[in-house]
Amino acid sequence: MAETYVYKKINSIIFGMFSPTMIKKMAVAKIVTPELYDREGYPVDGGLMDVRLGVIDPGLRCKTCGGNLRDCMGHFGYFDLARPVIHIKYADIILGVLRCTCRECGKLLADSKSRLTVEEENAGENPDVEISTQKQAKSIRNTLKNIKKCQHCSAKQENIKLERPTTFLEGDKRLNPIDIRVRLERVSDSDIAFLGLNPEYARPEWGVLTILPVPPVTIRPSITLETGERSEDDLTHKLGDIVRINQRLFENINAGAPEIIIEDLWDLLQYHITTYFDNEVSQIPPARHRSGQALRTLTERIKSKEGRFRHNLAGKRVNYAARTVISPDSKIELNEVGVPLVVAMELTTPERVTEWNLKRLKKFVENGPKKYPGSNYVIRPDGKKKKITDETHEQLLEELQPGYVVERHLMDGDIAVFNRQPSLHRVSIMCHRIKVFPGKSFRLNSSVCNPYNADFDGDEMNLHIPQTEEARAEAEILMEVQTQIITPKNGLNVVGCSDDAVTGNYILTKDLKMERADAIQLLHSVGVFRLERFEKFKKVVDGREIFSALLPDDFDFIGHSKSKEAVVIKNGFLTEGVIDKATIGKDKGDLIRAVYAKHGADVGLDILGKIFRLGIGVLLRHGFTTSISDTDLPKEVSDKCKETIYNAEKRVSQLIEQYKSKQLDALPGLSTMDTLEIKIMEVLNKARQRTGEIIAEADLEENSTILMANSGAKGSNMNLSMMAACVGLQALRGKRIDIGYRGRTLCIFQKNDLSPRAKGFIKRGYKEGLSPEEYFMHAMTGRDSLMDTALRTPKSGYLYRRLSSALQDIKVEYDSTVRDAEQNIIQFLYGEDGLDVSKTEGGKINVARIIREVLS
Amino acid sequence: MLPDHLSEKIGKYVKKYNISDKDRKEIEKRVDEKYENAKIDPGESIGIVTAESFGEPATQLTLNVFHFAGVAEMQVTVGLPRLIEIFDARKRPSTPKMKIPIKPKYSRTSEDVRLVAMKIKETKLSDIAQEISINVAKGSVEIILDRKKTRELELKQKFIYDTLKEAMKNVEIKDIDNGFILKPKEKELPISEIYKIKEKAKNTHIMGLKGITHVLPVKDDDGSYIIHCAGSNLEDALALEEADTSKITTNNIFEIGEVLGIEAARESVIVESSKELKDQGIDVDIRHIMLLADVMTRGGEIKGVTRTGITGEKESVIARASFETPIKHIVNASLAGEVDNLRSVVENVIINQPVPLGTGLPGLTAKMKVQK
Repeated sequence: MAETYVYKKINSIIFGMFSPTMIKKMAVAKIVTPELYDREGYPVDGGLMDVRLGVIDPGLRCKTCGGNLRDCMGHFGYFDLARPVIHIKYADIILGVLRCTCRECGKLLADSKSRLTVEEENAGENPDVEISTQKQAKSIRNTLKNIKKCQHCSAKQENIKLERPTTFLEGDKRLNPIDIRVRLERVSDSDIAFLGLNPEYARPEWGVLTILPVPPVTIRPSITLETGERSEDDLTHKLGDIVRINQRLFENINAGAPEIIIEDLWDLLQYHITTYFDNEVSQIPPARHRSGQALRTLTERIKSKEGRFRHNLAGKRVNYAARTVISPDSKIELNEVGVPLVVAMELTTPERVTEWNLKRLKKFVENGPKKYPGSNYVIRPDGKKKKITDETHEQLLEELQPGYVVERHLMDGDIAVFNRQPSLHRVSIMCHRIKVFPGKSFRLNSSVCNPYNADFDGDEMNLHIPQTEEARAEAEILMEVQTQIITPKNGLNVVGCSDDAVTGNYILTKDLKMERADAIQLLHSVGVFRLERFEKFKKVVDGREIFSALLPDDFDFIGHSKSKEAVVIKNGFLTEGVIDKATIGKDKGDLIRAVYAKHGADVGLDILGKIFRLGIGVLLRHGFTTSISDTDLPKEVSDKCKETIYNAEKRVSQLIEQYKSKQLDALPGLSTMDTLEIKIMEVLNKARQRTGEIIAEADLEENSTILMANSGAKGSNMNLSMMAACVGLQALRGKRIDIGYRGRTLCIFQKNDLSPRAKGFIKRGYKEGLSPEEYFMHAMTGRDSLMDTALRTPKSGYLYRRLSSALQDIKVEYDSTVRDAEQNIIQFLYGEDGLDVSKTEGGKINVARIIREVLS
Repeated sequence: MLPDHLSEKIGKYVKKYNISDKDRKEIEKRVDEKYENAKIDPGESIGIVTAESFGEPATQLTLNVFHFAGVAEMQVTVGLPRLIEIFDARKRPSTPKMKIPIKPKYSRTSEDVRLVAMKIKETKLSDIAQEISINVAKGSVEIILDRKKTRELELKQKFIYDTLKEAMKNVEIKDIDNGFILKPKEKELPISEIYKIKEKAKNTHIMGLKGITHVLPVKDDDGSYIIHCAGSNLEDALALEEADTSKITTNNIFEIGEVLGIEAARESVIVESSKELKDQGIDVDIRHIMLLADVMTRGGEIKGVTRTGITGEKESVIARASFETPIKHIVNASLAGEVDNLRSVVENVIINQPVPLGTGLPGLTAKMKVQK
């Protein structure tokens, strides 16, 4: 952990164009030959890989700064162009300036009077700035380009056109870059400013290149293949082409070659320089490798997802990170993460040696990298990092003293940042405590799956180890799991019990009784050792008492369960009601919220963890399974369901009869066909719903499947009725299925068959089994929903990217206003009441509970 | 100081349960304490939180376009496409829709309502004509009106004649029994020109609100009638005598902005997007929606969350360039000699400096003695 002082800080970045003088000034070498290496493989002087431009070979030293591969970041070179060439990216502005200025005298086409009026008009918007804003400049350019006569010298103006990409035409005559440059040079600085350019940083004639900068070799390193062959970067290739053509052009000019040859070469040079800047210009063919693959030149390097900005600058790679498969562990705490030993021995956390921990840290150094808990590196006070190896081991152990930093292996309780992609919200990255385990996978408590949206079907997650005290402190205080339980999205808890943990607590608090010894053992396994509670236990302990043993003594709670029955906790005793999803589940876990509100995050997380383990523990002892016979219905219930469906089918055939005999009244604004479809759908959907209701009304014995639905652990009554009675109508895009063959969905049906069966109504349940045509329709809707998901993901991803780049700089200021990066006020008080959603309950302050507290 | 909604709530409870003044004071004290504790911290990067609060649930939205009451033409865009449409600030929604409640005076019977609805629906000449044909020999367009329809809409031939005359220039209109003959004033026009006249006549707006292609009267739960319209024309709807103008709604945010002003547009962004999320069963706090609506409308016009909208108008060159079309932004910045003061987030990420948000916001200034 070397001390990091800020010596220099970037305050601002100014954008501008390079002038030819500037290019020459910053260049360290003039490039004269397209050759790269001599016969020994050493870079040629004056070649594109000149050692004055920096070095890419280890061992060589830069001739300019003397640095080696590591220290030298490279230097620019340059070469003169035989003839000037248009810079493709500035062609438009060149056109704009040409059109707005006189072809004879170079003055602005507007006379001083009209210029003043335009200036005045613009002055209202921005009086202090002499340079026109882009918007103003655009309108100025649009008005001036239509003036056909110079106000100063009365010269008639010709229409100037840009024949993309780089050919300028005046009338029908071609303007060559030399003429263009001459004209642009004549334009005065104040006129330039009026046209929206800042003459200090951008003169239009600089957009006509007379000299080309050669980027340092470090940005275009060559790759040495396994065969020892060198493969040059695309940019080097392109530059080589340019230098070669440039030389030929020089030679031809000097030899006095005919104009036509020179013109051709000039055009070729223009082509190469254009593709050097941008190889995706639409009007010209892209320059290619010999293999036919297009070259990746400057523009392509910068733009798009794989470009410099998004790939390298806005997204960075890190050290001290690990990634592996995750698996569940119900015994570790929610804010812990199980880290495999191999990972713990590879990742390190720096610890500074002081007098007080010298002995402890010496032990780590002594253990070295191969024995856990050991250390991998030692950093000397001068910042030198030493790897602990068999050779350095003894010496480092000897010299270790306060001021040194030891990079030791990860140990239990260390802080780590845990993440699963896609990181869509802030709870996708949370801070966990490390727990070192054998094995190869990260272990996490399945209660924290929800915020990460993780499951264990092969998901991988990332682990990062913060390396400075500040980072650790921030991670611990701001990002640890217990501080993130309530999401700022809607003020509900994202972490809560699910699945077995809910089932277990439901069984426990509903009607479970246990022997005293079993109860105490269960509680011990959960991590509860409260003797005073155990003493009160009778011989047979009620499930509610066991649950109450987790709660603090002074905890009161009034809420309701999933079935809207009251749940009452008084002085830490569950006196009434059952615990289910509505009290301990995610999103609306009222009980969890209440514990948090009263006892704070740390106690809350502890209790949540215990509740989770209690649920699992109960199931472990009690046993729980679900089977196909759980969906068996008593005869009268299933008969009733069958009857409902039969009646619905009858009703549908009646409707079809009516339709065929033209007796069906159309709904307003609809054809009779559409009316029929709507009515049929209504009948069929109602029938399916009715079967669900029949099953719910039947008040079946609470077997495992129903218990899961009732407790909210998994599944719903609808799932049950789909298994037991009727799957229902398969709707495709809001209609019954009506695609396939002409006039019918499958060839087994008559044409224009409107019956439920032929259009995707599944009257059977999953248990009974689907007929082939039903199965087919079911697969259709299944595929449709898969497609929907696949198409949706990139769309919503792009929406998120746009939102985050639009809103990223918006923050709350110290005066409680909401402002953007330029300090423009967006809201005077955040959300009109200044509340932080993640500190509220569902976006509100629970006034009723406070009143109850005060009054009781 | 408690915000209004909290003190009101306390007042309501006090009244309901007859709470004594002493208890009331205590309650107020505790609520205030709770409120102060729940206030947002300075430096909170609330913009990112808002973006996340939309971005994460957006993965759960549906992509389908559902039909309204089964009428193919009355379909409504819902789910993710609609949300994208709102945030993009498209000038016109892909399925504009308006709801016009009818005053009780005009909705005594369903027949009354039907008539009102007919009046609201845009009627073009082609809707009331039985036949519109070109008489090639005479070089004229013949229109035969559908008597049944004109009677239904209470249209007089004179009225139609006048509107036609208004709309069609350079055409001589001859009133005939049950229709008109349009003859171009210019002689010897090619047939293609006559065809153009016919098309123009066909699309002549006769009555109703422009842009309303379909109407559907619906009886509300409280017995009042609402006319659902496909197409939207707020300005004209507000002038309707039969409409309860205070309750007209449209999903065209731009139109609301133009007719009622930017504050109404902001409200409309909030209403439309929260409705969309709620319909899909997604719970996002209203504060996030409000912040986004404020950002979109703060400049006095509705700006979309696009490269030309909010992001495109950022001051920082690098922030714009790192989003989309980097080359364009850098080239233009170089021409104007733009300065990037590195005040927002991406710029600082790019140059490896702490971002001015959250714990990066506060700075320390220490006076140092200059050593000589």
